[in-house]
Amino acid sequence: MTSTLHRLVKVVSLALLVGLGATAIAETDAPAGKAVEGSAKANALKSCVRPTDWMRRNHMELIEHQRDLTVRQGVRVQKDSLANCIDCHARHDDKGQPVPVTAKGEFCQGCHGFVAAKPSCFQCHSTVPSSADTAQR
Amino acid sequence: MSKSKGQTDMDRRTFMGLTVGAAATLVAPGVFLHSIAQAGDREQPVTDKVRWGMLVDTSKCANGCSACVDACKTENGLSNHGRPATDPTWIRKVKVRDNFTGRETNLPLMCQHCEFPPCVDVCPTGASFKRADGIVMVDRHVCIGCRYCMMACPYKARSFIHEDIEIKPTNAPRGKGCVESCNLCVHRLDNGQAMTACAEACAKAGHNALVFGDLKDPNSPVSQALKQLPSRQIRADLQLSTGVRYSGI
Amino acid sequence: MSKIHYREWGIPSPTYWGILIFLGLFIAAAGVSVLYMEHMGHWVTGMTNQIVWGTPHVFAVFLIVAASGALNVASIGSVFGKKVYKPLAPLSGLLAITLLVGGLLVLVLDLGRPDRLIVAMTTYNFKSIFAWNIYLYTGFMVIVATYLFTMMERKANVYTKPMGFLAFVWRLALTTGTGSIFGFLVARQAYDAAVMAPMFIVMSFSFGLAFYILMVMFMYNLDGRPVGDGLLNRLKNLLGVFVAGVLYFTLAYHLTNLYVTENHGVEAFILLNGGVYTTVFWMGEVIIGGLLPLAIIFHPGLSQSRCWIAAACLLVLLGGLSKVFVIIIGGQAFPMSIFPGMTIVEGSVFDAVNGQPFSYAPSLPEVLLGLGGIAMAIAATLVGVRMLKFLPVSLADEAVDPHYSAKP
Ligand code: SF4
Ligand code: SF4
Repeated sequence: MTSTLHRLVKVVSLALLVGLGATAIAETDAPAGKAVEGSAKANALKSCVRPTDWMRRNHMELIEHQRDLTVRQGVRVQKDSLANCIDCHARHDDKGQPVPVTAKGEFCQGCHGFVAAKPSCFQCHSTVPSSADTAQR
Repeated sequence: MSKSKGQTDMDRRTFMGLTVGAAATLVAPGVFLHSIAQAGDREQPVTDKVRWGMLVDTSKCANGCSACVDACKTENGLSNHGRPATDPTWIRKVKVRDNFTGRETNLPLMCQHCEFPPCVDVCPTGASFKRADGIVMVDRHVCIGCRYCMMACPYKARSFIHEDIEIKPTNAPRGKGCVESCNLCVHRLDNGQAMTACAEACAKAGHNALVFGDLKDPNSPVSQALKQLPSRQIRADLQLSTGVRYSGI
Repeated sequence: MSKIHYREWGIPSPTYWGILIFLGLFIAAAGVSVLYMEHMGHWVTGMTNQIVWGTPHVFAVFLIVAASGALNVASIGSVFGKKVYKPLAPLSGLLAITLLVGGLLVLVLDLGRPDRLIVAMTTYNFKSIFAWNIYLYTGFMVIVATYLFTMMERKANVYTKPMGFLAFVWRLALTTGTGSIFGFLVARQAYDAAVMAPMFIVMSFSFGLAFYILMVMFMYNLDGRPVGDGLLNRLKNLLGVFVAGVLYFTLAYHLTNLYVTENHGVEAFILLNGGVYTTVFWMGEVIIGGLLPLAIIFHPGLSQSRCWIAAACLLVLLGGLSKVFVIIIGGQAFPMSIFPGMTIVEGSVFDAVNGQPFSYAPSLPEVLLGLGGIAMAIAATLVGVRMLKFLPVSLADEAVDPHYSAKP
């Protein structure tokens, strides 16, 4: 019961945020500029793991759904994993170094900065592809 | 760790997906994979048909060696701020002396992956939990950082993250304000590699003091070793049925 | 005895605001400390991976324990039907709530992720005594608030007695719950004692009452309202009994521990060779918090002076803080036994090499946070009595004591 309540609280707050955010994004459509441009793997692909429009509004649902499955049950379906998002959407600079997705103007920051909703994922999660984070260490 | 090694990790992961079912495969120098059949179909939930565990053969644990500790730090990106009292430690080397006989023993100490973990019992939010395959870990999405679990753990196996972490490994996401501890390299297991970083490093250093594997599989190396050697649990009086056992103390 | 009249706290506005601003400074300092600790991370505090609960927890537990004890005066009035205590009941309920709020605030603001409070309130592990405590605390506030309402709204007066009884039972559960937080830590020798829960209950009686007496003296003095000698005498004698009770349980706790061979180490640590913890135990807990106040309270001369009574209350509170300090921090500083029968001769900072205790030095932000909690509790109480009718106009003996007769 408590977890339902928890869900509810989360859903309501998410819905509010998403509603605001999505409207903003749909209206202007610009901020995710560098997202699928240039040296990100995503650039070469036709669409994301779901239709782009749907992803814009609902990507967090996918990530959160798999988050619990991954942590609690060890389900690590590559397609919907956060690591896969980063792998595909991180750009590389001229020297071939990956640029963090949270850097100014990059994939995540583009929209999230615009709607002023800080994605909390990156308090703990890597902002560069896994091959790069291993190299950094 | 070099970039090319990182690349190997990635390749191996893809590779593992293809070769589930192989009994033992040599993928990289020094890395020996045991019983892949149980570890890791990435897409399936883990089950309680497996219980991961370890035997520490203290007679082989070398004085002054810290291969396991170092490997854990590298594997999980446990960055060090030069402040030992607040820096995280998942595994540590300890030397104990028997008060009566004076015999000294070296051993690594980490989360014992209790079957009845006190940390899980006390955690108010359920962030501390035990996976079906016996791994005890912290769900950092729910951990509020109250540290009650650290008070409850009889082995002082847990660390609180006291400061910001600059480099966050994809393998082991970590952030300030939560509690963490050894998770038996859960990312490796899920990806089909039934070998922890510490046991691998110990073998590489030529000591073979750590035997890792599935306690429920009678043919796994750890079960075989447990059959041969007398072993015990640390603080067995607490009846926690630990997944990490020690021989020679 | 005439009917009791209640009135808002009527001290002049400048004094009132002056006091609030003074307390506000402490609260603000606590706020800044929290921001600092959360921004930098907990490494800037004295807390480490070895001493994981520090000064904030000492203050928080102290306040929470005192909160349930503050309700005692009301319980004696309504549950045990002692008429003299009845006029004192509303303030007692108010103090119970404000002290609890102060304590919880400190506890919550020290979390590694205070931003996840919503998670703490909505995700429960029902096996955890900590989670049960969250229910106990919220339940306590609701029940006491209702209890207050039944006292202050004449139409609801009939329910005062049952509500008072419920509140009384609940407060016992609450303190037991708080004590059990430590009781469940079976691996730690310092906490492995059945006497922990009842000891917490007696502690709460004593800290709560001391706080109560001090607040009454302070508020009535400033407002020029009378407090009868007879009443004060009763209250201080009651406090004396509680203080003696705490001493008794302290003795029982350490004696039973001495009886258990495997706990000899921790006993020697607290009683003999634990350095600062031994000092705080004997000086703070036993002398300042126990023997001195007892001497004052039962001294034929000193006990007649209001200043001395106030001093005794203050000493009880200081001793209370010391006691909680010894329990929480001393209990962690003592190296718990991981390898019974063996000595750790080499190890990391996590290990008590050669039985060395772990060290802890409180940091300024932690202390400020704790003091902020106390300031918060006092400020909330003062605002409460200023806005609502909590305080009887007179606590003079002829006004409150049904058996009062002017002494010859
Ligand atoms: S060793 Fe400690 S952290 Fe690990 S499962 Fe047991 S109680 Fe929990
Ligand atoms: S610190 Fe986190 S994991 Fe540990 S008891 Fe608290 S909420 Fe649970």
